[in-house]
Amino acid sequence: MSNKFIGKSVKRVEDKRFITGRGRYTDDIVLPGMTYAYILRSPYAHARIKSIDTSAAEAMEGVVTIMTGEEVGHYGVPCGWQVNFKNGDTMKEPPHPLLVKDKVRHVGDAVAMVVAESRELAQDAAEAIMIDYEVLPAVIDASKAVEEGAPLVHDDVPNNICFDWEIGNPKEEVDAALASASHITTLEFVNQRLAPNAMEPRSYIGQYDNVYDKYTLYTSTQNPHLIRLLMCAFVLGLPEHKVRVVGPDVGGGFGSKIYHYTEEALVTLASKKIGRPVKWTETRSEAFLTDAHGRDHVTKAEMGFDADGKIVGLRIKTFANLGAYLSTFSTAVPTYLHGTLLQGLYTTPKIHLDMTCVFTNTTAVDAYRGAGRPEATYLLERLLDLSALEMGVDPTELRLKNFIPAFDGVTQPGYQTNVALQYDSGNYHGVLQRGLEMLGYEDFRKAQAEAAKTNKLLGVGFSTYIEACGIAPSAVVGSLGARAGLYEVGQVRVQPTGKVSVFTGAHSHGQGHETTFAQVVADRLGIPMEDVDIIHGDSDTVAFGMGTYGSRSLAVGGSAIVKSLDKIIEKGAKIAAHKLECSVDDIEFIDGKFNVKGTDKSLGFGDIALTAYVPHVYPANLEPGLDFSSFYDPTNFTYPFGCHIAVVEVDKETGTTKIKRFIAVDDVGNVINPMIVDGQIHGGLAQGIGQALFEGVEYDENGQIINASYMDYTMPRADDFPMFELDRQVTPCPHNPLGVKGAGEAGCIGSTPAVTNAVIDALWSAGHKVKDIRMPLTSERVWRAMQS
Amino acid sequence: MIPSSVDYTRASSVTEAIQLLTDNPDAKILAGGHSLIPAMKLRLNAPSLLIDIARIPELRFISDEGDKVVIGAASTHHDIISNEAVQDMRAMVEAGELIGDTQVRNMGTLGGSIAHADPSADWPAVLLVLGASIQVQGPNGERFIAANEFFLGFFMTGLDEGEIVTAIHIPKLAEGQQTAYRKFMQPASRFAIVGCGASVTVQDGQITDAKVAFTGVSDAAFLDEGVTDALIGQPANLETIEAAANAAAEGDIHINEDHFASQAYRKHLAKVYAKRALAGACGLE
Repeated sequence: MSNKFIGKSVKRVEDKRFITGRGRYTDDIVLPGMTYAYILRSPYAHARIKSIDTSAAEAMEGVVTIMTGEEVGHYGVPCGWQVNFKNGDTMKEPPHPLLVKDKVRHVGDAVAMVVAESRELAQDAAEAIMIDYEVLPAVIDASKAVEEGAPLVHDDVPNNICFDWEIGNPKEEVDAALASASHITTLEFVNQRLAPNAMEPRSYIGQYDNVYDKYTLYTSTQNPHLIRLLMCAFVLGLPEHKVRVVGPDVGGGFGSKIYHYTEEALVTLASKKIGRPVKWTETRSEAFLTDAHGRDHVTKAEMGFDADGKIVGLRIKTFANLGAYLSTFSTAVPTYLHGTLLQGLYTTPKIHLDMTCVFTNTTAVDAYRGAGRPEATYLLERLLDLSALEMGVDPTELRLKNFIPAFDGVTQPGYQTNVALQYDSGNYHGVLQRGLEMLGYEDFRKAQAEAAKTNKLLGVGFSTYIEACGIAPSAVVGSLGARAGLYEVGQVRVQPTGKVSVFTGAHSHGQGHETTFAQVVADRLGIPMEDVDIIHGDSDTVAFGMGTYGSRSLAVGGSAIVKSLDKIIEKGAKIAAHKLECSVDDIEFIDGKFNVKGTDKSLGFGDIALTAYVPHVYPANLEPGLDFSSFYDPTNFTYPFGCHIAVVEVDKETGTTKIKRFIAVDDVGNVINPMIVDGQIHGGLAQGIGQALFEGVEYDENGQIINASYMDYTMPRADDFPMFELDRQVTPCPHNPLGVKGAGEAGCIGSTPAVTNAVIDALWSAGHKVKDIRMPLTSERVWRAMQS
Repeated sequence: MIPSSVDYTRASSVTEAIQLLTDNPDAKILAGGHSLIPAMKLRLNAPSLLIDIARIPELRFISDEGDKVVIGAASTHHDIISNEAVQDMRAMVEAGELIGDTQVRNMGTLGGSIAHADPSADWPAVLLVLGASIQVQGPNGERFIAANEFFLGFFMTGLDEGEIVTAIHIPKLAEGQQTAYRKFMQPASRFAIVGCGASVTVQDGQITDAKVAFTGVSDAAFLDEGVTDALIGQPANLETIEAAANAAAEGDIHINEDHFASQAYRKHLAKVYAKRALAGACGLE
């Protein structure tokens, strides 16, 4: 162990290829004889297919093959998480066919695939396919989809209800607690639908090798092994050892590239059929229609307080829109990743969530950065700030009064919530107090009072959040319905020359694993970072892996690597003891050297590596080689938390909101690379603030997305933000070897309610006592809120 | 996002470009390509031939001709806002700086923008308040169209079949004349939800001439005479401006609406931005 790299802002080793345009993404790969696929998609949200005529298209020059639902409609992609109805019945799980043959269920539903000699020809031919549709009425809004007489997305799913579900204390207890409350804050709101918008559109290449009878799928995914498992075992019935899945450089995912998409199986099937590689790369327009969306909750929440301002109960009714089909983890998001976070940072004694998950004629909804936890945080933190306004108390004092007291999870036990989870360690007062110091709270309130007399109102909004990361112990997620384990694999192969190849089942699509993991390995082995290579993304080289999502890579994947490093050092010590003719107990490993304690006798890491592979002078009964693989299955989730504070200026004449300051004090446990963690927080803040002010998929009543392009869907930009003011508190995770909690989603989870709260606070400062403004808080919506 | 296949040719002179356009009726003129290419990628437009005029030397110039500034149609937005000859026409510079981003300003052209006549484009409001004249050339020769007869409707101009814009003539500012452009941006595209150009001429504290034009508000950019009527002959102060701005976007005009701004809100913004543009022109912000 040395201490040269951990905790240092080492520059990212992967950036050279990325910022010089040399990243190798799926669409950059060109294989000999490659063909190109175009998918013909439904222009209607809901319609019966009466006939499909591909004859004109098939006759066009350059067309290789055309597939329709007739040929492949019996294959479908699965859902990876089973949730049961309250009464114990299994959730409704209608098939999601690779190509639809009977009824299309959302705009963008796939009807036919054309494979041709070029993308242009494939699209030209697709336009020549004649489809006769009988258009049906569509249902878009989850709360309306459950009403009697609403159109049925799947004919055999009554009321469009996939399942209903509840968590927390018995509802009667929560009702009783609220009945006793001296104040109840009621908030009805929408957590709007978001499009993930990864920079790299999804891209897949199927390649079948008839000499070795082997398939290769190149895919822009966050988890290649998971895709292989799902596609082989649940979709196509292919032998897993004959399928290689490669996720090369991937340009962002934000959750949307976790899932097994129909097009992955389609290019695989097509490549076998025609004996040539088949590439499909979506257009940006297709990405808006087919990449799984995020959020889309309609909620009514009530929080009760006693006369002292202590929270006595929380009651919630939410409709979650799952879209037309179940995406891989769609059912887990509104339930186990959302309902379990409703304790927040507070000692709320009684909590009940009643959740109804609903099919609609819209794009599938699944995890998007934060996945369920932003929805929980938005609900709680909006309620806290609004309650303070309604009760005329300070929002920070209200929080301090209700916070769970600090606990380290080592000498003090974890905190058992009323919604299943047990928090690992936390100091919630600490992050809020630090945030308030950075803000200069008293001065701000004075400035706000002055601003209230002008056309530029000032407001402050708070959000003190917690999340559950590092998903998670396999046994726990299995008992909750996951159809997979959630461990991670880390293999460390020391080469004979002492150079180190590390194979991780985590997958980097922007997170900087090649740097962070190398820092850990270099420090543990006392070698230069240049001697470490981090390899990921190929099922033929990496033994297995569950991939990257839920801020799990370092906490779970990093821990698996550490387990293997421990085994390397332990074996190295045995080799060193033999060569140095001492007991293994007398060996200490410091700064890359195996020393005999109390002497100057020592062997370097490179000497030991060479000896392991050239074992001439070697312990009896010890295998040659220095190569270990480990599976790490955590004992609990990790629980990062923090305090986000937004200061906004609202233009009274136009309703336009400008973020003046944004303060984020996050506690993500130990930090390996502060610069990378700051970068993760920055990106998360941009997305979280983006949800509050800019983003949102808008459907019309016919199920058409009216803003499915960057001309109309507002992505946040650098000039929308001030310089972020970041600070950190460190409460190590007590149950993993690195003490890390995860930082990928924190910024996105905490920031959204802080912004909405700040705008509401600004409006109250000028006497406009509104409870809610629907996100995104466009200028018009804020202006209208001030007209009433 | 994959265009149909299209032929491409680069014209070396205006005459050649017009000949090509006459010979190929479904051809399209390509200048900066910042409106046409996206439309082609979405297959909203599928011309058989693109005639690239961006590199015709006679179309890319900016010259100070004493009583006016003449801008070649293929001058980029950046060419214009960085040119000495237009610096005192603040509306010109302020509008140009708010178009797209650096890359767009280096490629997009003034002629292309106005020939395309996007109802939310910035330049039309500026050309209207500056009293510009559009020089066009076609199979039947050359002619001039006044700015207020050029922007006719939704993507509709006074250009006849086969004509292309060759230059824009802008009269120099009169004594006491100042201009400004203020824009409320559509947050995604950053086109104008409301773009307001204002020109005010002040003599001895009195407003002697004024023009206010809007883009983004209606199906084409237009001069708003209701506002100017309330300005001329009045003292150049905030009270005058506020009263005049309240008359903006009234009367029998079509008001656009979209998911960013309803008609009522757009109308309200027109009044706010008329006030801001006029205050900017009068140095009263």
